[in-house]
Amino acid sequence: MVLYSLTFYLFSSVAVLSALMVISAKNPVHSVLFLILSFVNASGLFVLLGAEFLAMILVVVYVGAVAVLFLFVVMMLDINFVKLREGFLQYLPFGALLGIVLVIELGILFLTDRSSNIYNNQIPLQPIVSELENTKMIGQILYTEYFYLFQICGIILLVAMIGSITLTLRDKGGVKRQNIDSQNTVDASTAIEKKKVKIGEGI
Amino acid sequence: MTYDILITGLIIIAQILAVVVPVLISVAFLVYAERKVLALIQLRRGPNIVGPFGILQSFADALKLITKENIIPSGSNKIVFILAPIITMVLSLAGWAVIPFAPGWVVSDINVGIMYLFAVSSLGVYGIIMAGWASNSQYPFLGALRSAAQMVSYEVSIGFVIITVLLCVGSLNLSKIVLAQQTVWFAIPLLPMFIIFFISALAETNRLPFDLPEDESTLVAGFFTEYSSASFVLFFLGEYASMILMSSMTVILFLGGWLPPFDVYPLNVVPGVIWFTLKVIFILFLFIWVRGTFPRYRYDQLMRLGWKVFLPFSLFWVVATSGFLVYFDMLPN
Repeated sequence: MVLYSLTFYLFSSVAVLSALMVISAKNPVHSVLFLILSFVNASGLFVLLGAEFLAMILVVVYVGAVAVLFLFVVMMLDINFVKLREGFLQYLPFGALLGIVLVIELGILFLTDRSSNIYNNQIPLQPIVSELENTKMIGQILYTEYFYLFQICGIILLVAMIGSITLTLRDKGGVKRQNIDSQNTVDASTAIEKKKVKIGEGI
Repeated sequence: MTYDILITGLIIIAQILAVVVPVLISVAFLVYAERKVLALIQLRRGPNIVGPFGILQSFADALKLITKENIIPSGSNKIVFILAPIITMVLSLAGWAVIPFAPGWVVSDINVGIMYLFAVSSLGVYGIIMAGWASNSQYPFLGALRSAAQMVSYEVSIGFVIITVLLCVGSLNLSKIVLAQQTVWFAIPLLPMFIIFFISALAETNRLPFDLPEDESTLVAGFFTEYSSASFVLFFLGEYASMILMSSMTVILFLGGWLPPFDVYPLNVVPGVIWFTLKVIFILFLFIWVRGTFPRYRYDQLMRLGWKVFLPFSLFWVVATSGFLVYFDMLPN
């Protein structure tokens, strides 16, 4: 129990601190690295909730793939740090407004909704370890009750993928590509050409 | 109460040490084995001075490297520069937490073991990207870019291979994956997937013929060009530890983990951990053999192989395997 609380406070405090560093770090690459740290800690919190499958998916998808490409792009950009800071005051009111709205929403949820399910159903401090693995539990809900929604998500992703490919695909001329089939089918009759060269003339 | 926590903590630390120390020692001998096998392939003698048959060569090398001066380039981003090798090393050791060496011989027998391994191996790219970026130099940066693209590409097909195996097992727990192979090792019914997994593992660990991130003929030493002394040792150890980790993953997924090849008398009294070690050594030998045999891939060929050959083929096998299992009603519960 004590170990559980200790790990919870470790993960949550590092997650919050690194989220803070994401927006305050001067170097954008450092921001992305802190974002990754925040993701990893969030997945640690998922493990503590007993949602180990979600935790691993979070690491594989967000940290292992999305954030790598994100870091890739940020590293390649030639960012002028001074220019980046210039717009800070200009955007400050807008950002502050968004933050305040979010805080008010959370406040409303916690202060007025005491009769809702959150407080009636006793939430245990530690996850209940059920016999069924939560991979199977997710599967049993996802492919029965939410089957159509799941399929629609898949189609939306497919459309997004096709869209981004069509936007970026250009057939530039003059690019040399390897044609492996034609290389493999080469034999002496196609590769070698015999010519009679007259002396003193060349080809 | 407080004593309980202390004892639990000590047991956890003891378990971690019981796994990490043998891994590090086997890394030292893997480096020696690699040099010896490569020497035999090329008709040389290999290391033969330090200790009997040169067996202590890796320890001598490690000692030499650690006592050298650690140079941090003045233009580098110092914190990230120092963090990068540490992350590589830690991640390559973290994966061992879920590897079952024998029945019950596992530090943490979690339900999503294979996902954990997949997650940890996909994090390995960060050490390399951070090293390349923090060095603030052209060759490491190119190496890091290559590595990022390469590892993300081959992870996709590794993911599909894992899904194929999981379809036949019905669980993500590594011990259950091994026990599901009691009748037949998955390497036999899923042979094409085994080959794809092995080749992708080569790409994932940046081994030849896919070692473009550290391609010495074009990039000096790739992402660790600027590294020296202890930080170089950490990269080196991390790379070989993750090689052993990927081999163990191959053994668990396809070669029946700790199970003997046939469940008959003289074979099944041999302890499981010995079978496991022998199989891992066999896969590691394949890693070294491939290194001694094949020329390096060109970058466009590497990308073509990953996206245009492995990805469609493994996707096809996922569909084919699931279709087969559903049609013959062989899906595990």
